Amino acid sequence: MVEFFFGFFAIMILFCSVMVVMSRNAIHSVLWMLVMFFHVAGVYLMLNAEFLAATQIIVYAGAILVLFLFVIMLLNLREEMNIEQLIDGWPAGLSLAVAMLVVLILALGSFSVKPWGQWSIEVVEKTTQTKALGKVLYTEYLLPFEIASLVLLVAIIGAVVLAKKKLKS
Amino acid sequence: MTIFEFLFPPGSFDIFLNIIIILIKIAVVIGVVMLHVAYATYFERKVIGRMQVRMGPMEVGPHGLLQPIADMLKLFFKEDIIPEKADKTVFYIAPLISLMAALSSLAVIPFYEGFVVANINVGLLFILAMSSLGSYGIILSGWASNSKYAFLGGLRSSAQVISYEIAMGLSLVGVMMMAGSMNLSEIVKAQAEYPAGIYAIPQILGFFVFVVAAIAETNRAPFDLPEAESELVAGYFVEYSGMRFALFYAAEYIGMIIMGCLAAACFLGGWTVPKYILAILPFLKYVPGIVWFVMKVYFVIFFYYWIRATLPRYRYDQLMAIGWKLLIPLALANILFTGVIKIMVE
Amino acid sequence: MPGTYLPSNYLPVFIFLVVAIAFGLGALLIGAIFRIRRPYKEKLMPYESGIDPVGEPRVRFSIRFYIIAMLFVVFDVEAIFLYPWAVVFDKIGLYAFVEMVIFIFILLVGYLYAWKKEAFTWE
Repeated sequence: MVEFFFGFFAIMILFCSVMVVMSRNAIHSVLWMLVMFFHVAGVYLMLNAEFLAATQIIVYAGAILVLFLFVIMLLNLREEMNIEQLIDGWPAGLSLAVAMLVVLILALGSFSVKPWGQWSIEVVEKTTQTKALGKVLYTEYLLPFEIASLVLLVAIIGAVVLAKKKLKS
Repeated sequence: MTIFEFLFPPGSFDIFLNIIIILIKIAVVIGVVMLHVAYATYFERKVIGRMQVRMGPMEVGPHGLLQPIADMLKLFFKEDIIPEKADKTVFYIAPLISLMAALSSLAVIPFYEGFVVANINVGLLFILAMSSLGSYGIILSGWASNSKYAFLGGLRSSAQVISYEIAMGLSLVGVMMMAGSMNLSEIVKAQAEYPAGIYAIPQILGFFVFVVAAIAETNRAPFDLPEAESELVAGYFVEYSGMRFALFYAAEYIGMIIMGCLAAACFLGGWTVPKYILAILPFLKYVPGIVWFVMKVYFVIFFYYWIRATLPRYRYDQLMAIGWKLLIPLALANILFTGVIKIMVE
Repeated sequence: MPGTYLPSNYLPVFIFLVVAIAFGLGALLIGAIFRIRRPYKEKLMPYESGIDPVGEPRVRFSIRFYIIAMLFVVFDVEAIFLYPWAVVFDKIGLYAFVEMVIFIFILLVGYLYAWKKEAFTWE
């Protein structure tokens, strides 16, 4: 049963990813990506990471992808859609992809199942993933968490500064 | 091993039975909610009619009671017009996304003790995730229609929806802090244990932010700018007709019902009644929980109509200012407030 | 099999999503059986108050929408950080409270900056 669901999600993720790059229309690409994010959320659920699954949908599907939509509309990609090929030089792309595949296959060898740490499936299931995450994130990983706020601060200032000139005119 | 055993291994019967029970539950929930959607339109016309000293629908059936059914039948026979040069695929998908996002939120609503289609730990986040998907239906329909009104309406509406989504998410943080859970059933149970009985009293600030954000999130008056009929005719779904229009319309009303359910479960005590009321009027405990829940939802929906009949529409700049400059600081203040009080009490 | 996990309480959610899509498609299908179809050129024109459409429909729009979308992403992530914090607030107490005050304060600087630069002001 586990294998069946994992296979379904994996195949759908691969298929949607291919459709994202194959679609000529940028909006269609975004829609395929939306479907893909749902299946990624499914994989998170199978890892007993329900909070991350919800975050995947809220942040990636609900916020970042909406930003993509706004950018595509802002650029008004009407003319580009009729061009035969968006990017030239498929040999370079193909060799890069093959190189990536080789690296991934080589990396497969280093995967190994280690004994469980403090947070086994049963423990996480009992405390619920959100609480488990909260307990670790706000005690052990306090510094990365506060640094995240600085990263977000940079993002706010960046967005405002980039668009500031346009705002004044 | 016979073919039968291969197709149905031992234990599969339980799974099938389980799935059938789930399907029946889903069918009941969707059926009841769709009926409510139909009569919410009737109720809206009646309430607003009365508030404007009119009768509202009176012709079809006694007191116009059959009006929603007549409306629905009419929509089935309406022509499905797709404007030229529209992006057909996206035009088809957009209302489906809207409806799916609105409907699937119902999966985690606890209607009464023990009756919830999916009792998941991140129920509240699931509703937030689904309502964030609602903006796709809006923005994509506006883009795909190939019409200026639809495009502008979709753009405005999606900017509005995402702005108020933050305020709504933040307003619910106070509830999560008090209940220590994101499971809606557990939030209701935690509320029943709480001395005040409902979180709307200690979380009055959060409740205010939630109600305003919920109205804006569902594009209702006085925040119904995208459909401002006097300037943008109907906003993002101006080019839609027939059943596709009906799907958008249904999604809007389902969204209202979801917000009503969320307000009932997170702030008004869900299917429970505060203990101090039971102490004064003990016979109330014989009223089933579903009645309380539904009454609270009806009250929120009536509140929606009341506001629509009372307040004039905001300008777009006012709308963005309320979302970003008023509600977000208020919601953050509410979180800090709740935190301080919780620490002081302990 | 060790290390695998099937989230059985999410099965209803999965089924509900499928049923919701099927419900929408079903409604459209019933509509497709009954409805008439008599298109002609004027009917298929985009609606523009009854006159012929002028110019491109997908007009260029204000960059403010882009800023709003960008700020929305940031604040959405901030809210995401608040949810697990709110749920474990009971357990960690004052310690968690102080760190979240710092977190919100840092972001408040950015928020006030955006306010000052009139990112939230529409003219």
